[in-house]
Amino acid sequence: MDSFQATIDADGRIEPRDAMPEGYRKTLIRQIAQHAHSEIIGMQPEGNWISRAPSLRRKAILMAKVQDEAGHGLYLYAAAETLGVDRADLLDLLHSGKQKYSSIFNYPTLTWADIGAIGWLVDGAAIVNQVPLCRCSYGPYARAMVRVCKEESFHQRQGFEILHTLCNGTDAQKAMAQDALDRWWWPSLMMFGPPDAASTHSEQSMAWGIKRHSNDELRQRFVDMTVPQADVLGLRVPDDNLRYDEETGHYSFTEPDYEELYQVVKGNGPCNKQRLAHRVKAHEDGAWVREAAAAYAEKQAREQETAA
Amino acid sequence: MNDLFTYTLRLGDDALIAAQRTAEWIAAAPQLEEDVALGNIGLDQLGQARSLLQYAAEVEGAGRTEDDLAYFRDERDFLNLQLCELPNGDFGHAMARLLYFATYQHLLYEQLLGSADEILAGVAGKAVKEVAYHVDHATQWVLRLGDGTDESHRRMQAGLDALWPYTGEMFASDPLVQRLDVAVDPAGLEQEWVRRVTRVIDESTCERPTSAYQHSGGRDGKHTEHLGYLLAELQHVARSHPGATW
Ligand SMILES: [Fe+2]
Ligand SMILES: [Fe+2]
Repeated sequence: MDSFQATIDADGRIEPRDAMPEGYRKTLIRQIAQHAHSEIIGMQPEGNWISRAPSLRRKAILMAKVQDEAGHGLYLYAAAETLGVDRADLLDLLHSGKQKYSSIFNYPTLTWADIGAIGWLVDGAAIVNQVPLCRCSYGPYARAMVRVCKEESFHQRQGFEILHTLCNGTDAQKAMAQDALDRWWWPSLMMFGPPDAASTHSEQSMAWGIKRHSNDELRQRFVDMTVPQADVLGLRVPDDNLRYDEETGHYSFTEPDYEELYQVVKGNGPCNKQRLAHRVKAHEDGAWVREAAAAYAEKQAREQETAA
Repeated sequence: MNDLFTYTLRLGDDALIAAQRTAEWIAAAPQLEEDVALGNIGLDQLGQARSLLQYAAEVEGAGRTEDDLAYFRDERDFLNLQLCELPNGDFGHAMARLLYFATYQHLLYEQLLGSADEILAGVAGKAVKEVAYHVDHATQWVLRLGDGTDESHRRMQAGLDALWPYTGEMFASDPLVQRLDVAVDPAGLEQEWVRRVTRVIDESTCERPTSAYQHSGGRDGKHTEHLGYLLAELQHVARSHPGATW
C-alpha cells in the first residue's frame, strides 16, 4: 500500500493491476457506475425528442448525440469493469434502485428548446465536473474522461446553437428558449451536488486524487462560464440576486433549493419512476435477445471445438 | 409531375421513414451495443434521406427544401414502401425488416451507382457501403436469433413471416421506372434478393416464408394506418411554427 500512497502523492496514475485500498476501489466503482448510469438514463430525456426534432439536420445531430451518450456509457462500464465488477451486475443495481444516476435526468423535456438547454447547461455542467476527472488518479477512468469530455464539448456547442437559433427566431421560439432556461437553470446548479458543508464523500475523494475541486468551486466555475453566454443569447438567468462582483471577478448567485435535490435523489423527482421503468422495460424486453446471443455463441464455440 | 422528382422522392421517403422507425430503438435496445449500432444505422438512413430529399427539391425547382418535403407533405403524398412504416414490433421483427430492406437497398444502390444521373450515382456510391453494413448487422442477428434459443427461433420466424407480405412491393415495376432511364427498375432485383435472403434464412434454421399475398400501394401514396401517426409525430413541431427556422 505504500506504493499506492506514493503514486497518489506524486500525482501519478493507479492502474488496474496496482494494489489499492478497498475503500478506494469501492469509491471508484460507485462513482464510475453512477456516471455510466447517468449516461444511459440521460439518453431518455433527449431521445424523447428525436422523433419530433423540427428539422432533419437537427434530428441527425440529436440522434448522433444520444448515440454518443450510449458510447460514453460503454466506455464507463468498461472502466468500472477494470475494478473487478461486471456491467450486468451494475445494471442490476441500477434497475433495483441500489445505485443512482444524476438527478438532472429526472426532469422532463417538455419542448424542443429543452434539447438546446440540456446541451448548453447539462452538458456544460458535465464538462465542468468532468474536465478535472481527466486527471483523476485512476488511469482507466481518467482516460475514459478524456474521450468523453471531447464529445461533451461538441454537445454543449450544439445545444447553445439550438438556443441561439431560437433566440434569433420568432417570438414563440424566443419564449420557448426562455422557458427552458427558467426550468433548467436550478436543476443544472444542483448537478454539482450538495454544498461543501453538507458533502459527505468529498474529503476522502480529494485525498485520493479522485476529486480535484469542491462542489461549490465547480458550481461557481459553471455560473461564471454560463452567465456571459446567457447574455449573448439575450436570455435572462432566473435569479434576481445574480451580480458580477468586480472585486472577486466572480458572479454571486442564489443557491438552488437543495431540499428539492434531496427529494429528487430520494426518488421524488418528476420523472424518477418513468426513467427507471423505461430502462427496466428495455432491459427485460431484451432478455430473450441477449439469451439467444449467448446460446448462439456457445453453439458456435462448441462447433469450433468439434471441428478442431 | 416530373418523373425524376417522383423517383427520387420514393427512395428518399423509404430512407426517411425507415430512419424514423430505427431511431425509436435508441434508448430501448436489448443492450447498449445495440443502441449504438441502431443509432448508426438510423443515422445512415437519415443521411440518405436528406441527400435524396435535397435532390428531389432541387429537381422540382419550386423553391422547396428537404424540410419542406419531410415536414409539410401529407400522408397521401408520401411514396415510401409500406414495409418502412410498419411499427417496430419486437427485436426479431426489427431484424427481419432490416434484412429485407437493407438487402433490397444494397441491390438497388449497386445498380444506381451506374446511373447516368450523377447525383443519384453519387448518393448510391456513399450509401452502398452503409447498407452493406446494415445487411451484415441484420444477418448476424437473424442467425443468432434463428439459431439461438427456442424462444428466439419462434420470434425470429414470426418476424420474418409478418413482414414477408410487405416485400413484394419493393420489386413492383411501373411505367415511371420503365420510362426514366436514370432509374433502376426494381423488378430486376427480385431474383437476387430472394437468393440472398433465402441463404441467410436457411442458415438461421428458420423457414423462408411463402405467403403469396403481397400488399401494395406505398408508391401511390396509399399507406397503412400507421403512417399517419408516424408523420403526426415527425411533423408536429415544424407545423406548429410555420416559417420558423430551427
Ligand atoms: Fe455523455
Ligand atoms: Fe453529452
